[in-house]
Amino acid sequence: MSTFGAPAAALTSVAATDDGAGVTATASALDATRLALLRDLKHAFRKRGQLVQPLAFFALVTMLFPLAVSPELSRLREMAPGVIWVAALLASLLALEFLFRDDAYDGTLEQYALSGQSLTSLMFAKTAAHWLLTGLPLALMAPLAALSLGAPSASLPGIVGSVAVGSVALSLIGSIGAALTLGMKRSGALLSLLTLPLSLPVLIFGARATQLAISGGPLLAPLELLGALAVLGVTLAPLAAAAAVRISLE
Amino acid sequence: MLDERLEVENLHLWRGERHVLRGVRFALGGGGCLEVTGPNGSGKTSLLRTLCGLMYPEEGQVLWKGENVRRDLPAFHAALAYLGHEPPLKADLSARENLRFWIGIRRRVAAADLDAALERVGGGGWCDRLVRTLSAGQRRRVALAGLALLVVPLWILDEPTTNLDTEGQQLVGSLIAEQLARGGLVIAAVHHGLPATVRDVRRLELPP
Repeated sequence: MSTFGAPAAALTSVAATDDGAGVTATASALDATRLALLRDLKHAFRKRGQLVQPLAFFALVTMLFPLAVSPELSRLREMAPGVIWVAALLASLLALEFLFRDDAYDGTLEQYALSGQSLTSLMFAKTAAHWLLTGLPLALMAPLAALSLGAPSASLPGIVGSVAVGSVALSLIGSIGAALTLGMKRSGALLSLLTLPLSLPVLIFGARATQLAISGGPLLAPLELLGALAVLGVTLAPLAAAAAVRISLE
Repeated sequence: MLDERLEVENLHLWRGERHVLRGVRFALGGGGCLEVTGPNGSGKTSLLRTLCGLMYPEEGQVLWKGENVRRDLPAFHAALAYLGHEPPLKADLSARENLRFWIGIRRRVAAADLDAALERVGGGGWCDRLVRTLSAGQRRRVALAGLALLVVPLWILDEPTTNLDTEGQQLVGSLIAEQLARGGLVIAAVHHGLPATVRDVRRLELPP
């Protein structure tokens, strides 16, 4: 008979606790997901340079347009939805390369796969962290870009909302691509080729919502479609990403 | 009563054109230690990763407590700790933070236990430094602290003494001896043999 899973005695050689603490209770799936999320957030804030890159990219690209095309507000306003969404899509793609790469190198993914916890929920945690670190900041920066492209200030809440919801779907779609290209050395181009076509629906409905926000139309319909895409992503993408990660570990 | 027991039956593994594992078989019960030896490229790491369920063998099966591990991988993984070539640590987190997340994802762990484990591996002085500033040996020690904190019956270790000084190697020896004494199983791939504190070691030699 062995002492594993029994309260504590097994730990005494390590911990030498005599207060009876240290019961070897397994962490619940929720705890595991929360810790995986916290770990990614904490780690990201230690590497701020990497964090700022996609945001700076987004700001720069959207500001290039008034310079390159025409400073005429009516023309800029017409282009604004497309510019904001293409820039957001590319910025989120830029950050995607880092989503699993470090974890694959340092053995974190291997430990996730061997943790006895659901790899799907750990992948969900990683994607959630990715959205919090890129999608959400992009949504918060979108008003800046929109204003520089001549959007009226009344349209800003709608723009923030559409980018926030749409970027959830983008992060989730991207997580599948990032997991699938894990085994490759220079995966950047392939990652774009895999992810961009799948992102088209998000781009279409996102740009439509932004356009309606700028012209003052009812934007609920495209927003709802974006939301539906995001929900679909939440249910399916972590599952696919987990399967792809398992393959990459073999 | 379910006794901890690992059985490996006729394991064959191909990697591309190479027949890496050619009919590996062994059985290990509670308190047993198996040392896997063999020249570079003989498939030690592949064997360990196959045992963990990371690689799929072409033939044969791995049984844990008499059941094929593929039937319930999460349950098997909950009983398993695997340490690969590299300690699974994030360079931009401190040693303590690394352990808190790595172990915390698997089991609840009290801060006092964490401190004690880090103290045990000699990390009291440096456990709050970022892992990127630690030496390879210190990183290995952090991984050993994690191993001890997991409190699982089956340890699968790939070159556990790499980068460690003499005292560190003795630490590996005593950790393994304690694991065996409480009825655990240890499977370790080694080049230079396990420290002498580990007795009754069985040996599996992989052909080149």
